Amino acid sequence: MDSLKTNAGAQKTEPAIRPLMGNEAIARGAWEAGVKVASAYPGTPSTEILENLARYPAEDISVEWAVNEKVALDIAIGASFAGVRAFCSMKHVGLNVAADALMSQTYIGVNGGLVITVCDDPGIHSSQNEQDTRIYARLAMVPCLEPADAQEAYELVKTAFDISEEYDTPVIVRSTTRLSHTRSPVRIGEREEVPRKPFEENPAKNVMIPAHARQRHARLLEREQRLKELFAQEPFSRIEWGRKDIGVITLGVPYSYVKEVLPEASVLKLSASWPLPEDRLREFAESVERLFVVEELEPIVEDELRRLGIAVEGKVWFPRTGELSPEIVRDGFVAAGVLEPPPAAEEELDIEPLVRPPVLCAGCPHMSTYNVLRTMNARVAGDIGCYTLAAIEPLKAIDTCVSMGSSIANAIGMARAGYNERPIVATIGDSTFLHAGIPPLIDAVYNNVNITVVILDNSITAMTGGQHHPGTGYGIRGNKTHKVDYEEICRAVGVKWVRTVDPYDLSALFKALREAVEYKGVSVVIADRPCVIDPVRITGPAMVVDQKTCIACQACMNLGCPALTWSDEWYEGHHKVKIDPGLCIGCAVCAQICPTTSIQPSQADT
Amino acid sequence: MTETTVNETASAGASGEKTVAERPTNVLIVGVGGQGVIMVSKVLATLAQAAGNQVKQSEVHGMAKRGGAVFSHVRFGRKVFSPTIPRGEADVLLALEWAEGLRWLPYLNRARGVFIADTQRIVPPFACRNRADGAPLGYSRETPKDILAKVRTGYALNATGIAESLGNRRAANTVLLGVLSTALDFAEKDWLKVIESFVPPKTVEVNRAAFLKGREWAERHADVGLDEDVDFSLPSPPAVEPKRPQVFIERAWCKSCDICVKMCPERCLELDEKNIARMKAPERCTGCRLCEYLCPDFAIRVLRLPAGDSQQEVRP
Repeated sequence: MDSLKTNAGAQKTEPAIRPLMGNEAIARGAWEAGVKVASAYPGTPSTEILENLARYPAEDISVEWAVNEKVALDIAIGASFAGVRAFCSMKHVGLNVAADALMSQTYIGVNGGLVITVCDDPGIHSSQNEQDTRIYARLAMVPCLEPADAQEAYELVKTAFDISEEYDTPVIVRSTTRLSHTRSPVRIGEREEVPRKPFEENPAKNVMIPAHARQRHARLLEREQRLKELFAQEPFSRIEWGRKDIGVITLGVPYSYVKEVLPEASVLKLSASWPLPEDRLREFAESVERLFVVEELEPIVEDELRRLGIAVEGKVWFPRTGELSPEIVRDGFVAAGVLEPPPAAEEELDIEPLVRPPVLCAGCPHMSTYNVLRTMNARVAGDIGCYTLAAIEPLKAIDTCVSMGSSIANAIGMARAGYNERPIVATIGDSTFLHAGIPPLIDAVYNNVNITVVILDNSITAMTGGQHHPGTGYGIRGNKTHKVDYEEICRAVGVKWVRTVDPYDLSALFKALREAVEYKGVSVVIADRPCVIDPVRITGPAMVVDQKTCIACQACMNLGCPALTWSDEWYEGHHKVKIDPGLCIGCAVCAQICPTTSIQPSQADT
Repeated sequence: MTETTVNETASAGASGEKTVAERPTNVLIVGVGGQGVIMVSKVLATLAQAAGNQVKQSEVHGMAKRGGAVFSHVRFGRKVFSPTIPRGEADVLLALEWAEGLRWLPYLNRARGVFIADTQRIVPPFACRNRADGAPLGYSRETPKDILAKVRTGYALNATGIAESLGNRRAANTVLLGVLSTALDFAEKDWLKVIESFVPPKTVEVNRAAFLKGREWAERHADVGLDEDVDFSLPSPPAVEPKRPQVFIERAWCKSCDICVKMCPERCLELDEKNIARMKAPERCTGCRLCEYLCPDFAIRVLRLPAGDSQQEVRP
């Protein structure tokens, strides 16, 4: 990832204004705020936050990948109990995993400041849904800050720690994909060391048993009221007066779209989306003739205005699904009769765009595994990771994909439902298995179901760009640590049939999978082959297709390998195949499929 | 075609002097995952920032890196709000791959915008999925000539070829930066300084040469914008008589090994109730003969009959 090559802040002498990606700015803010403990599980678009924090000196801050988001938040909570400022970051769906801890911790509050950055993914660039974290903030009754650009993200993360300690609450800073991955200038400062406070011995506050929790719940309402007063002030709500006939309340990145397309309107820019400053909203609403709310995803601010009995236009013009953009905001104001329609393009271009979906990398070990699963005629419960790409043509070998770790328990459910027309197989990546796959594996053995689990062990968290996890034997700073042994885990929970195979060896893989699906009970196949691009790019001699002997059956192309395309040669009306030597890593899986041994290592490299 | 600077308001000062425009300049950089789109946009962002502009650079990571379409919006000026370029407002569209340039063309302002594209083609696996007889490659058919006729200022060049001739294919992006430099108002020495700070030390010389080659190419082709040496013909099938494939299975010789069923690329075969191979979906058969080649018992024959042949059953 390019962003990692620019060092966001390890050097002490650096210019005061630097171009930072939103995630770099968040990391910078956390470091400057004196954070001592930071923890996260990778997830697009949040991953770079912790990666950037790990570039600051180890003596300043403990930065570690956690095995999942709940563990990450619990670690941060523990650090807060112990009296230091603690930070944790995750993608929106990660908060589902961590929500259990958050819902209790909001009752407890903090000792050292506790800030959780949650990155939403409006538009679903790289996720399974586009849930709105602000609803969680309302549910947990924790303040939610919502920056509009990298500068504000940097500032609000620092402010969040002060709010957390002052108001005795965890604080959520909500980012979105667009903010996290936009680089813009940020005026940075220096780190402020915050000494560790003594542990607060207060069971009534720190131990959530019913009697204590009832007391604390009442205090949450009080805290919410005080936060409303805080958020009525600058910089949390700022009015930019313009035309009084049109007023727009907006927040986050959509603020920049409003300023882009309707610069003359009066704008109330909010930097906190929960709890909302009622008096401030009312005051602004009364000063303008027509009031709009432009917010991404759910109508949080709009609903609050309606609850207050204020007439407002929002989701009637601006979509509730997907990511907003300057065009969409412009179209909304055009539909509302505020803006003139833009002039139509002079002529239609009439160009059909090329279909170019993301694909598995050339030589990806997942390709052979799913190719073989196809031949097993298996019903495959998939999971979250790069390998979800095997659901589409040509592999087309995944039937379901729900959430992190779902595959194994989904398979248990299929078996319990009496599905027996095909072998039931759950496929799960190494990092996902450690994240949420072990409890359902224990369940499968405990309840004695007949399923096969394939652990796709590529020794990295690949989907998010290559992060270490307990199965790689290294930490985020490259430090060596214990490496999890998957066979031992499986045996320890009671799996009797476990085998590790190299997915580049097609016949061994086929044999292992066939025996595994024939075994009655829980069988586990560990497909062990490192990712081709992380942590190092693997290359061997590229393969070449002999154009004289290729019979254009294109059986190799069923792997979906991007190095394989059509050549200019033909055989019986079909294209022969060629291999791009720049992409091929020499895994030789296609050569094992070729019926005419036309695929061989290139002579130049052997 | 005339050589223009895209933002006339920006061209006030002499070379080297810091000039900042009122209206933001919008440059959209597009390509395929792994090509270096982010790197190219960082060079431009750094250069624009050094000249005193506010710069916003927006991209999306994640799935895109897996060989998918990648884009980066770079906006700079006195004050920039939206991190993304509104459709139809790009002053420059810089494409590292031909079909990606076509995909994003609606973002270019065709009245004032400049289109710059490498003519190299990265063919995705999806373009090679059609297995019908004589199927064409599923890649965009538009040629550089077609596209340059639709834009006011356009350059289509074989940047990858130019970089290869300099001995480093990876320098293609720098060739394109050289072309881009003629459309924006930054001094040559400032471009070179920023590029040198981004490329590996060993490749400074080749990147410098690549930048100057690109710049010189754009100046030389200001009137045409087209690299006449580029062969843009797509491979077309040889004239073959259309054939209808037919698969014959000798039931008595089949021993139910299942190899043909498992290995058929189009998954047309199955085992029947007696575990003998049979055609399940003859309409999907492309006549590739893989089953015939793989059958250990010589039980399968594939014939390619003339398409008009109405004969239902032919004994081989």
